[in-house]
Amino acid sequence: MFMTGNEVIAWAALAADADFMYGYPITPQNEIMHYWSRLAPHFGRGFLQTEDELSAGFTMLGGVLVGKKCFTATAGPGNILMQEPVAMAEMMRLPGVWVIQQRGGPSTATVIYSQQELRLTTTGGNGEGLRIVYSTSSHQELFEYTLKAFNVAWKYRFPTFVLGDGYQAKMRETVTLFRPEKRGWEMIPAEPILRGPGVPCIERDPVHLRNTFNIEEELYETLMKHVEDYERLTPEVVEWEAKVRADDTLLLVAHGIVGRAAKDAAERLQRDGWPVGYFRPVTVRPFPGEALRKIAAANPELRLLVVESAYGQLLSIVKAELYGYANPLETLLRPGVGVTTEEIEETVRRLEKREG
Amino acid sequence: MAAELWKKKIVIAGEGGQGVQVIGELLAEAAYRSGQQALYIPNFGVEQRGGVSIAFVQIANGEIGFPKFQKADLVAVLSPRSVERTRGYLKPGTIYLYDESAIKAPEIDDRTIGIQGWETVAPEAFARMVGTEEGTGVRPPGGAGLIRRGIPAAQLAKDKLNPRVANVIICGAIAVLLGVLPLEQVKAALEEKFADKFRQRPELREMNYQALEMGRKAVQEAAAP
Amino acid sequence: MSAEDLSVHRGILENLNMPVSWRKETKPHRFCPGCGHGIALKALGEAVDELGILDRVLYGCDIGCSLLSWDFFNFDSVQTHHGRTIPVIVGAKRARPDVIGIAYMGDGGGYAIGAQHLVSAAMRGDRITAILANNTLYAMTGGQMAPTTLPGQKTATTPYGREPQKSGAPLHGPELVAAIAPPGSYIARGSVGNYNQLKQYLKKALENQLTGSGFSFVEVLSACPTNWRTNAKETWEFLRGKMESHFKVGELRVPEQQTGGEEN
Repeated sequence: MFMTGNEVIAWAALAADADFMYGYPITPQNEIMHYWSRLAPHFGRGFLQTEDELSAGFTMLGGVLVGKKCFTATAGPGNILMQEPVAMAEMMRLPGVWVIQQRGGPSTATVIYSQQELRLTTTGGNGEGLRIVYSTSSHQELFEYTLKAFNVAWKYRFPTFVLGDGYQAKMRETVTLFRPEKRGWEMIPAEPILRGPGVPCIERDPVHLRNTFNIEEELYETLMKHVEDYERLTPEVVEWEAKVRADDTLLLVAHGIVGRAAKDAAERLQRDGWPVGYFRPVTVRPFPGEALRKIAAANPELRLLVVESAYGQLLSIVKAELYGYANPLETLLRPGVGVTTEEIEETVRRLEKREG
Repeated sequence: MAAELWKKKIVIAGEGGQGVQVIGELLAEAAYRSGQQALYIPNFGVEQRGGVSIAFVQIANGEIGFPKFQKADLVAVLSPRSVERTRGYLKPGTIYLYDESAIKAPEIDDRTIGIQGWETVAPEAFARMVGTEEGTGVRPPGGAGLIRRGIPAAQLAKDKLNPRVANVIICGAIAVLLGVLPLEQVKAALEEKFADKFRQRPELREMNYQALEMGRKAVQEAAAP
Repeated sequence: MSAEDLSVHRGILENLNMPVSWRKETKPHRFCPGCGHGIALKALGEAVDELGILDRVLYGCDIGCSLLSWDFFNFDSVQTHHGRTIPVIVGAKRARPDVIGIAYMGDGGGYAIGAQHLVSAAMRGDRITAILANNTLYAMTGGQMAPTTLPGQKTATTPYGREPQKSGAPLHGPELVAAIAPPGSYIARGSVGNYNQLKQYLKKALENQLTGSGFSFVEVLSACPTNWRTNAKETWEFLRGKMESHFKVGELRVPEQQTGGEEN
């Protein structure tokens, strides 16, 4: 199939047996709602256009509470509002799939593209960022990680994000759509958290959920259980893509669509005999820090070049993950604009001080 | 031995009313149908203010990297205002295809674009007048290294078919210049894109096919010494 | 729930003067002495009992004093964020129309921070029952001015009395909702000062959801002696006198099938 990224996400949600989408218009994610609301009635699925992103997030949690597989999509300023319901989902361990198509920031900025919502999406809200965030780099990944997000969310009951961007949203490229069961992917069904079977008090206890605690210790105890669960799932869900050879002296580190440019640049440079590898975190939260540290430890001389369409958001994660490691760090930071393969190649040639 | 990797980077620029994005979609769809990798992305958002609509297309026999790029192998320019806008994508060896018709390009002014929602791609349907008034054609930039190919697409469309298919003539010309897209696949892409229209008015199918052929012929004539 | 189940359950609680749907394990409740919430929630509990819908209710409560009702009932409940109870219940109802959704909130949650949700749910005619306790101020946070604070009323943030020319006149919520809600909506204002009437309103609001007729909204004039700094007599006087003369108690919209005639 040949289609836009927004269309891919709608098809992926359909394939994942999502029951309901709640959403509010904001560019560049609108077409997800357009395609979904066109498809939904034919497949017995639901859609509600809400009054804002707060409502989109909270109505989605309502749907999740009564046992439906729900999702929403937003961007930029909408992502800011969405952090409120995400915080509730984190506290109350409510699953759900949140699609973010990053646009320029801060503020309204551009409707086009950026990677400036990395920090907000991974650690937004007034808490610890207990969420799973997949940063995709192609339509095939948009499809497969959206499917995966539905499973991971309902398996671990943490809010799960597909972090795309305006370019991925609007561009058209090839994608192979499939029914997950055809690939042997077992889809985890959603269960009602509230209003499940049985008469409360007679056949079962009523379920009472809250997110308010009276004392510090009560919160601490609850939260640390979530933290432990999160740390336990980390090795199970972290994913990354890397190609680094023993004699490489430079490692490109980038995520999402820029990771794709980095991979392209690294492969082209490798073909020309340059000692350049690449590392692309697929889960940007939890971050594949262990994998990156292994690469850094194997060669203390290995220099890292962090590339992103933001001013140091991925960089700050990389720095934190490599605390105590002496590998030199270089950057190519382009907030709110794309980073082409050519630009990365030029930067590498300049850094390596060799003639191209 | 793996086949040699190749990649074609294409920029198509014109006024909002000229169907530039349709060309981008058709080329990418045709490439996909030919079993190649393809990636198409429109410019959208504030970027298109100034009325110039740009389509970025990459076609390759291997993986494609970032959706945008710095230098193009082929730049197709449909209006005088697009010349400046695309200058940055030129490099020695770039094929510069342009519409040399003495016909005024159907400009959409900034105010219309602003009102019509700058968050979407160029509102091509809003152009009131498509390629019917006299005016100046595109003057290609000077400088060595460009492979210039001028064709009178708007003129041909107006005289022989319909002003609205000038973009399909350009599309046919691009396909020939690229050398990697069979016209049959472009026809299939047209079929897919305009299925409803063709069903309602079958004569449109024939007109679009003729436009493709006209583009092929025009560009072959332009290349002749 | 069958009549037999109900009677079994009623037997468990026979010695307690509580609605069957009240959860005795969480009583006595946590509201201040003289608070109106206990009365409003009792009326709601009895309305649910009488309709026999305990096994279908999904109850959501807001932040503010209403949050103290998170484990108040014998039905499944969720405490949400400040102002966000209506969307949570709307989302559940849209995904599972079999659920009877009740959103319970205060005047800050419904008329200030969550006003857009109340307005939008009403405008869309969402089949939920929203209940809003109006006690003329923000109680849990220390008695600040609310959209419903009366002219001249002293609160923590209007220490010299609310001046309408500076901070606006009190919001008339049911009148606002009645102006925008589609046909089929049930809209009323009751008072904890008139228990039987309030219970009837709440019951009709739930029935309106049961029949799938439309959106239902009941504002409940409530009392907050703690923040009003009033004794029992003064509390009663403020509620029945000042509040009820400013906010008119009664039904604003009653759908056709409930009146048996033309919708008013």
